[in-house]
Amino acid sequence: MITFWFSVVVLAWVLFFVLEGFDFGVGLLGPLLGRDDHERGAAVRTIGPFWDGNEVWLVGAIGVTFAAFPAWYSSLLSGLYLPMVVLLLLLAVRGVALEFRGKGDGERYRRRADWALGLSSLGIVLVWGALLAVFAHGLAIGADGDVTGGGFARTLGPVFTPAAGFGALAALYAALMLGATFLSLRTSGPLRHRARTLARWLGILGSGALLAVGIGTGSPAVLVAAVLSFGASMLARLGREALAFTATAAGVAAAVVAVFTTHGSVVLRSTLDPAWSLTRESAAATPQALELITWAGAFILPGVIAYQAFSYWVFRRRVASERVPS
Amino acid sequence: MDVLDLTRLQFAVVTIYHYFFVPLSISLAATAAGLQIAWLRTKRDDYLNLTKFVGKLLIVTFAVGVVTGLVQEFQFGLGWSAFAKFYGDVFGPTLAIEGMLAFFLEATFLALWYFGWGRLPRAIHTACIAIVAVGTMLSAFIILAGNSFMQNPVAYVLDPVTGRARLTSFTELMLNKVNLAAFPHTLSGAIMVGGALLLALGVWRLAADPAYKILARLGAWLTLAGGALTALTGDHLGKVITEVQPMKMAAAEALYQTTTGAPFAVFATGKPLPEFELEIPWLLSILAKGSPTATVQGIDDLQAQYAAQFGPGSYVPMIPVAFWSFRLMIGAGMLAAAVAAYYLWRTRKSRNAPRWLTRWLPLIPLLPAAANTFGWIFTETARQPWIAFGISKVADGISPGLTSNEVIASLAGFTVVYGVLAVVWFRLIRHLSRQPLAPTPAAADTPEPAPVY
Repeated sequence: MITFWFSVVVLAWVLFFVLEGFDFGVGLLGPLLGRDDHERGAAVRTIGPFWDGNEVWLVGAIGVTFAAFPAWYSSLLSGLYLPMVVLLLLLAVRGVALEFRGKGDGERYRRRADWALGLSSLGIVLVWGALLAVFAHGLAIGADGDVTGGGFARTLGPVFTPAAGFGALAALYAALMLGATFLSLRTSGPLRHRARTLARWLGILGSGALLAVGIGTGSPAVLVAAVLSFGASMLARLGREALAFTATAAGVAAAVVAVFTTHGSVVLRSTLDPAWSLTRESAAATPQALELITWAGAFILPGVIAYQAFSYWVFRRRVASERVPS
Repeated sequence: MDVLDLTRLQFAVVTIYHYFFVPLSISLAATAAGLQIAWLRTKRDDYLNLTKFVGKLLIVTFAVGVVTGLVQEFQFGLGWSAFAKFYGDVFGPTLAIEGMLAFFLEATFLALWYFGWGRLPRAIHTACIAIVAVGTMLSAFIILAGNSFMQNPVAYVLDPVTGRARLTSFTELMLNKVNLAAFPHTLSGAIMVGGALLLALGVWRLAADPAYKILARLGAWLTLAGGALTALTGDHLGKVITEVQPMKMAAAEALYQTTTGAPFAVFATGKPLPEFELEIPWLLSILAKGSPTATVQGIDDLQAQYAAQFGPGSYVPMIPVAFWSFRLMIGAGMLAAAVAAYYLWRTRKSRNAPRWLTRWLPLIPLLPAAANTFGWIFTETARQPWIAFGISKVADGISPGLTSNEVIASLAGFTVVYGVLAVVWFRLIRHLSRQPLAPTPAAADTPEPAPVY
């Protein structure tokens, strides 16, 4: 039961990072690739119907973690207090910028919304990347399951390490690739063309960098990422947009799974003493609570996935970024 | 202020702020669904235009509700991790099920509805907004069950080893008698504030388009009906609360001595309050127990009783806050309903409302919004010092290791960002309301592939 719920937690995180990952990427790229108001609007339009549903996977991931592993939820959030608050504030700005963009008046207003969207997306991606690196590395958890230390360094320190920096860069790369392949898949006209070109070059450059890192550290996971990047780039070149997006998404999914399973049954490693680490068993809720959410989850989650898929199907048409002459 | 007070303040600020947008979303979703069904049945264009207009208000409001709601979900872990561990077993599943069941529903179907005009068959499209409306209420019900546990813990046992609460029955948790009383009360309050917004916008824009008259009168009816329901459900909730938390009702009245046939003070002066009071005889006994001769327990007796039961310490909440928030809640709500009723009377049989009324009416949403806020301030502060009544205190819930500086930093961040959001939201609502209701033919014929998002 505990293993099952751990898989559900990981699944929720994977769906969040893949789905919201592409809309973070679009948020970042829309203002860069869109040369005028109309093109930027088209970029935002590709994620308009989806971003909120995608973001709910974060609610799902956090909610399921709270339900199934309350101790993990508590240590993770209280131990990363300030970075999490920054993240929430950025998410607030981003959600509102997205939703408000088309409803205000004038190009200047929309330009400002684009700036807010782009910058907040950038910030979110960097913070998430750093946080994922922290998830994998662990926190200074004391004997009582709480993060030790004092001052701002207690919760900010973990995200200012070289590993976290690498995580932030990797996340930026992943979000850009997801965004570019998604835009090329979901638009027509100049935006599609530019996004595809970007995916091609970014994929080549990224796979080169990943290859170097992979050989340097001898990590097979990074090498697999390099191969997937190269594959995505080639597929973009061949015009197989759906496959290029799928390859990128698979890479992101694999990376997220790797982060959450690095330490086997340890869900949050203590960097002070292995005995203080949070394991699946020690962090789990009582069997009764797990049984309850199993019943609820078994009925609800398949439905959620079905109607979200339905929504993607309803809005499957490409968004035109070219102007249609009247 | 120490770190505990700061963390409490932060929770209060972000929660109260969130709660400006929640009731609006609940009532706007239901109104949009109602208007669209009316349009389907009558095929009247003005209903369609109003549906779309309310839909725009809804989506803008919902967005703020979503991003501030996300903060709520993280808060228990951020600032109150000890509490999260203590009652994670009870609240975790509640929150998870709310997210899986209701939140996904709302987010996905609202987008399907908003972007789905002309893409979905009419019946399915209308079903989408109806699903959103049901989803918002489902959300409210489940979350209120979580709060009701804190007011009146049920369906749990305390684990003898860990000392944590363990859930015994989810159904019992949902059907907590406080929840069954609080949910209709909350919903009626939501109807009021949404109705008041429509009334305000309708009156403000009446000169531009006569179709707004429908909106204004609908809003006034909703405010009035919501007000009546709020009073009825509030009366019931008061009785339930008197039963489970007698201290809360005693604090609301600043009633120190246990009294038979207790009066209700409309206002009081004095330091720890009563000194001079304007009283309505027997009313408190009627409100609390439903009988003019019933005995209402006083603060002093309850304090002695709790000290004997739970150990030494003060079990008295902040009396002036409880006393005044309770009265302001009732006063603001009743005033809003009265104004709405007056407006309906003055505009009966297509008469025009007097100038002074239409000039001041746009401010009316402030009244029910204030009533909602005072209601929550009352219900949460008058539970002090408990975080979950009788089993866990607020001081024991805070995240260990959290420092004042961290909370000051985050509180500053929330204040600035939320402040900006409020300004932008207000301007956007004003801007959207200034747009013509009916689509201009030119705009409808533009061959743009998709509306600008």
